[in-house]
Amino acid sequence: MDSVFSNTLAAILTIGIISFLYKDNPLYKFCESLFIGVSAGYWFVQQYYANLLPKLFDNLGITRLLGAENVADGALQNLFVRGQWDENLLYLIAGILGVMMLLRLVPQIGWMSRWPMAFIVGSIAGLYFITYFQSNAMRQMQNTILPLNSFNNLVLIVGTVTGIIYFYFSKEHKGAFGGAARVGIYFLMVTFGASFGYTVMSRMSLLIGRLDFLFGTWLGLVK
Amino acid sequence: MRRQIPLLLTAIVGFVYIIQFFIPHRPFNIFEHLFTDWFLIIAACAIWLGVLNLLKLSLEKVYKRGKDWPYSVVTVAGFLLITIAGFFFSGGRQFQNPGTPFDYIYVNIFTPLSATMFALLAFFVASASYRAFRARTREATLLLLAGFFVMLGRVPVGDLITQWLPVGYRLSNLTDWIMNVPQTAGQRAIMIGIALGIMSTSLRVILGIERTITGGE
Repeated sequence: MDSVFSNTLAAILTIGIISFLYKDNPLYKFCESLFIGVSAGYWFVQQYYANLLPKLFDNLGITRLLGAENVADGALQNLFVRGQWDENLLYLIAGILGVMMLLRLVPQIGWMSRWPMAFIVGSIAGLYFITYFQSNAMRQMQNTILPLNSFNNLVLIVGTVTGIIYFYFSKEHKGAFGGAARVGIYFLMVTFGASFGYTVMSRMSLLIGRLDFLFGTWLGLVK
Repeated sequence: MRRQIPLLLTAIVGFVYIIQFFIPHRPFNIFEHLFTDWFLIIAACAIWLGVLNLLKLSLEKVYKRGKDWPYSVVTVAGFLLITIAGFFFSGGRQFQNPGTPFDYIYVNIFTPLSATMFALLAFFVASASYRAFRARTREATLLLLAGFFVMLGRVPVGDLITQWLPVGYRLSNLTDWIMNVPQTAGQRAIMIGIALGIMSTSLRVILGIERTITGGE
């Protein structure tokens, strides 16, 4: 009985979204609004339990302070009960920055959110500088250094080098350089076409999954 | 003061991440660990900010009886439904365990809605490609052919119509070749280009040349 109700609920919501193919209608708008609300709520809860609770409240000892029994003492307990300095107290700074981020909701003091924003931007800049240098730049170049002993290797090297030449805008694309850039465009077009086809197929498989749910799991017409 | 401190903060954090890559020892590795945790905490707050802003806008719309305001009620109700289930009725940290009310909403409401929403894109992509794909130039023809062969080669009918060809030369094999060789070459060029772009932008941000993050020009 429970699964019949669950499946019917999921089926109505699926049909509601698909109904947009006919035209924009109240059922679609209802499902769309519900999706936005539920997604927002999902991330709200998920971020609390995945990051805020273990990394901020547990480390500081706020969870323990509020009466949780299966959690170890935090920085506040160590400082005020045992009189010991606990390096987890540094998480207080993250907590303050987090609150400053939320202050963006108050227009008068919204400028304070620039500090946590600066922290986020700095972290991403530093982290991406390293990870992209390592995985995208160096690793890809390393994998392109191949012996010229097969047609495929030749295509890979020519495609990668000419593709990079196309992205080099400091020199005008003329003569041999322009010719190489032109070949690069051809490779990029094949890449975009293949990526497009691949994306379409992944969306199709999602669609087949939903139709399988409707006609198989829900209605039982497909075995 | 409002501009300088954010710039300093960005520079310090950015440099710590870069330095710890080359010197993965004390104190840089400790700072990196600490900053990663801080980042996750602040990022969680940023997500909360987005969610709270959505609620604020939805409630304002309901209060002012704006256009389509009943749908904003649905948004707020959906938010409250999963949030209350997650915080109060799903066993705390085990909120995602199978059988909890939070999991029930996730499986029976969130998953069908999100999967169908993305599946719907199949129709829009097909419709857009029908309008945009015209073999007018050599480049457009290459794009069209690559997309066509990849799509056809990924379904059984692709091999069925090339059944007369020897094994290893059928449409699925051509698709694999396109994906593994020319597609990989183009993808590598793009990835290297993106990496160089991101590295230079990151350096500009860390060195304070790029100042738009502080609200200035």
